[in-house]
Formats: sequence, C-alpha cells, structure tokens
Amino acid sequence: MSTQINPDASPSLDTSAILTGKARGRHNASAGGQADRVKRRLTSRWATVAAIMIAFLWTIPTFGLFVASFRPQENKRQGWWTIFLDWFPTMENYGKVLGGTSISNDNLASYFINSFVITIPGTIFPLLLALMAAYAFAWIPFRGRGILFVLVFALQIVPLQMALIPLLQFFNGVDIGGTYLAVWIAHTIFGLPLAIFLLHNFVSEIPGELVEAARVDGASQTQIFFRIIIPLSLPAIASIAIFQFLWVWNDLLVALVFSGGSADVAPLTAKLANMAGNFGRNEHLLPAGAFISIIVPLIVFFALQRYFVRGLLAGSTKG
Amino acid sequence: MWQKFGVMFAGLLIFLAVIGLILFLADHAPKRGRDYVQMFVFVAPALILLGVGLIYPAIRTMMQSFTNAQGDFIGLENFVWIFTDSGSLISLRNTVVWVILVPLLSTVFGLAYAVFIDKSRGEKVLKSLVFMPMAISFVGAGIIWSFMYAYRSKGFEQTGLLNQLLVWSGLEPIQFLNSAPLNTFFLIVVLVWIQTGFAMVVLSASIKAIPVEQVEAAVLDGANGWQVFTNVTLPSIRGSLVVVVTTITIATLKVFDIVKTMTSGNNDTSVVALDMYNQAFRFNEWGHGAALAVVIFVLVLPIVIYNVRVLRKQREIR
Repeated sequence: MSTQINPDASPSLDTSAILTGKARGRHNASAGGQADRVKRRLTSRWATVAAIMIAFLWTIPTFGLFVASFRPQENKRQGWWTIFLDWFPTMENYGKVLGGTSISNDNLASYFINSFVITIPGTIFPLLLALMAAYAFAWIPFRGRGILFVLVFALQIVPLQMALIPLLQFFNGVDIGGTYLAVWIAHTIFGLPLAIFLLHNFVSEIPGELVEAARVDGASQTQIFFRIIIPLSLPAIASIAIFQFLWVWNDLLVALVFSGGSADVAPLTAKLANMAGNFGRNEHLLPAGAFISIIVPLIVFFALQRYFVRGLLAGSTKG
Repeated sequence: MWQKFGVMFAGLLIFLAVIGLILFLADHAPKRGRDYVQMFVFVAPALILLGVGLIYPAIRTMMQSFTNAQGDFIGLENFVWIFTDSGSLISLRNTVVWVILVPLLSTVFGLAYAVFIDKSRGEKVLKSLVFMPMAISFVGAGIIWSFMYAYRSKGFEQTGLLNQLLVWSGLEPIQFLNSAPLNTFFLIVVLVWIQTGFAMVVLSASIKAIPVEQVEAAVLDGANGWQVFTNVTLPSIRGSLVVVVTTITIATLKVFDIVKTMTSGNNDTSVVALDMYNQAFRFNEWGHGAALAVVIFVLVLPIVIYNVRVLRKQREIR
C-alpha cells in the first residue's frame, strides 16, 4: 500500500553515492527486475576473469613480502614461494628487527616509535587548526574572506619541494632543526591547505538555522565551534584525519629533510629507504622491517576504509 | 622510549592548552570589537603558518633559483644548467615519461577494473584488494617491488618472482633495474600499481551515480556492452576522469620516494623531484635545487589551472 510513492528512489539521490561511496545503484537494482537484466547483459564471463586476474596481480607482491618476512635467515637465498614446499616459518626476523640491540643496524623499534610520535601530533595539529579556519571561512563574515579562501585553496598548487629549503633554513635559524617540533610544524603547514578546503566544504553545509539559533541564544563563537561545528562535522573530521594520518605515516621527503635522519627523530620510512639502499647485509630483515611499516596503515585502512574512501571522494569530486 | 612518548604528550598538551587559552581569552575580549578578535583568533594560526611555511618559502625559493650556492645573483644560469647538464636532462626526460605513462595506465586499469567488477559478487573484497596499495607508503611499495624484481645471475636460485617466472619458462633472468632505458618503465609499474586503486575507487563511485534508466534505455535500443560503455558510461563520468588524471599527474610530478628506494636514481632512472632533493640537501647546491623546484612548480601550474577551469564550468552548468 505504501509502495506507490517512495521519495528515496528519486534519481537525484544517486549523487549522494559519490559522497558516501555507497552503492546506491544496488538499491535501485533490487527495485525492479529490469536492472538485473541489464546487469546480466553487461557482465560477461571474460570481464570477471579479467577482474580476478587484476586482483590477483595486484595482491601478489604484498603477499610475497608478507611470506618472505617469515623466512628463516639461512633460507634467504631462496624465493619466498619455496616456504610452501618446506614449511618452517619463523618469527625470528621480527624479533631481531624490533628487539635487536640498538648499536647494530637492525633495530627498527626506535624508528617505529618515532613514526608514532611524529604522526599523532602531525595529524591532530593541522586538523584542529584547519577546522578553526574552516569554521571562520564558512560562518564568520569578515572582509576579504572570499579572497583569503581562494588563496588558501591555491596554495595546494605549491609543490612541497619549493618550501623545503627556506623552511629548513628557518628551523635551523631558530635552532629546532632535526627535532620532533620541526617535523610536526612542517607536517602541520603542508597538511593545512587541503584540510581547510575539504573541511570548509563540510562545515559550510551545516544548516544555517542551527548556528543562528545558537547565536540568538547568546552562544559565543567558541561555544558554537565546540558544541555545534565539531560534533556535526565528525564524519568529515574522521575521513580527513585518516587521510592526514596515512600521509604523515607514509611520508619520506618531509621526514628526510626535517628530522636529520637520526634514530632519535627519523621515522620508519627514512630507516627503510636507507636499509633498502644498502642491500645485502640486512637483506633477510628487510621484509620484516617493511611489513612492520606497512602494518599500521593497513590496519587503519581496513578498519576505517569507509571513511578513507569518503574523504578521497570528497577531495576528488569537489576539487 | 617512554621519554619520546612523553615529548609527544607534552607537545600535544602544550598545543591544546595554547589553543584553548587563546579561544578562552577571545571569548572574554572586551565587548567592543569582540567579533573582530574572535574572527582573527580562528583564522590567524592557519594563515600565519601558511605564510611562514608556504608563501614566504615559495617566494624565497623562486629568488634562490637565480643565485648560486654562495647566494650571489647569477641570472638564469641554474636554468641553463638544468637544460644542458646531461644528468638533469635525463631526469627531465624520465619525468616526462612518468607523467605520460602513470596517469594513462592507472586510469585505464582503474576504469576497466571498476567496470568489470561493477555489481558483481564480492565487489567489496575485490575493490579492497586493488585499493590496498594506496595505504602503503611509497617506500614500502618500493621495497615490495625490489623483491619482485630481485636478480641472481643465471644458474643461481632466483629470489625474485619475476625472474623465477622467466627461468621457469626457459628464459634468462633479467636485471630489471639496471639496464636503461627499460628500468624506468619497471619503476613506473610501481606507481601504476599504487595509483590504479585510487582511479578505480573514484571512477567506480561515479559509475554508480549513472541513472540505471540511461543504461536500460541504451540496452533496449540494442546496444552491446562496449557500446553502452562508450556512449553512456564514458560521457557520464567525464568530470571524474579529468579529476583522476589531474590528481595522478600532479602526484607523479612530485614522486621521488620510489626512485630513491629502488635505484637511488642510478642507471639513468633519476627524476626531477629526486634531482632536486639530491642537489639541495646532499650536494648543497641550493641554487640548482631551487631551480628544479621552480621547474616542478611550472609543470604543475597549467594542470591545476586547467582543472580549476573545468571545475568552474561544471559549477556553472549546475
């Protein structure tokens, strides 16, 4: 009886698929049998075979590294696939890489911690500052607001490389070169333009009545910011936080330039790039080391994939 | 170890305390001009950081590109060096090859995959598998592929899967990363491997936004799969295609981690971004480094301008 009018089935809703990354198409498909017929015509068996081939090819390299990381040292002259013929995986490499004495070249634990110490503030700092700026650009009217916002947007054009040399000279000038602080500030600066732009898109879509009502009730800007803006834009904050987290965790260039490359500050990526450079002595440890550096982003990725995709789509379809 | 986490928590606490204090003070500023103070407090931190960390450095770099390592003005000499030195010419040539191939191949593979798996069973899992490399660092990807390409001379047991496959099929193992010019293509494979997932996710979302009725009408008119793809799917996702190609192109122009990890730029594999890093931070040739950074900027500029134009046109249509 109520099936006659279904406002949710209107085609305009399909645009929300872009934002949410959800397959609205499937919803429509089950609505009528016609769509299923369309589907059957389009998906040939060859397409499925090709898809599975691509998926296989794309997964095999990572899988190989994963298997190789369990290979005993004495078998390092064998390919990772031989581990299936005589099965004796070992955790020895992980033990050495993480727990080894810090004098030798194999200790990654210190760099692993550095990565966390760099990444967590490197995510929180720019996010909070960007959120504040996004709120001001969206909801506090002031002169020159439009021009400033376009300027911030345009800064995404400036390649990181252009800022490195003077910024390093500046950090050395105020004597914080090669410290966590320098790396944090650098990541904060480089993360800001995109974060402000993306957050602005979300923040400006908050219903104006809410903000107005709060203002009429006598709420200050700060109160509005903490009580309305932050809670309502949590999904956007989550997706951009994941983005920034992965970007900072995976970064090599900023880390190399601003950390000084020492075991005190430099992250895993810097150490691994170095290890990969002088292949040989540590060859059997490299897979375990690389997999440790990969595991954190992979956990974040698989656990929060939905938000990651959302942030990506917001970024790519809106600019 | 705990000391490091201590530094981190101290940093976080100080940061939050400072921001909190500023916001609190702004909230209790004298009534006259309070709005102005509050606005300033919300925007100023970001703008100051961007000014100090991005705008001023970019201008400095532009000026530095006209000076030598001692800081004396030498006009266009650094740029002349870029376009005459055999090493930087090779980097330039390689960068052009990267910028043509990576966006093209990633987009083609990503689009094909998105179409193939659309509405198929296990779509989510299949998507995750190809998307996964996006989460891996370029350094990690470089190491993964170093192992794929690993080489042992003929007669020895191979450790790299690709050479093992060659040996199994009766061929000789190849030094994938040593022999120019093919080694650049083998490096490009790595970035394509990473970026295909990005292209696939964006294009897949855009394909799903195509109204079912349009596809249906085409099928009723007797269009086959390929005709539906070229006449319905492609035109509908043109906007997303532009975004995908642009984003990947810009990322490709700046890539240096993969080359640094896998070959360090040896055997004619260097790219402009890696050259820039080496000149500035290893050889202390700041002028050369700055000039190379400007070259990257100039190469990125037209792409972004084009993208902004397309975006504006789309907004007007809406």
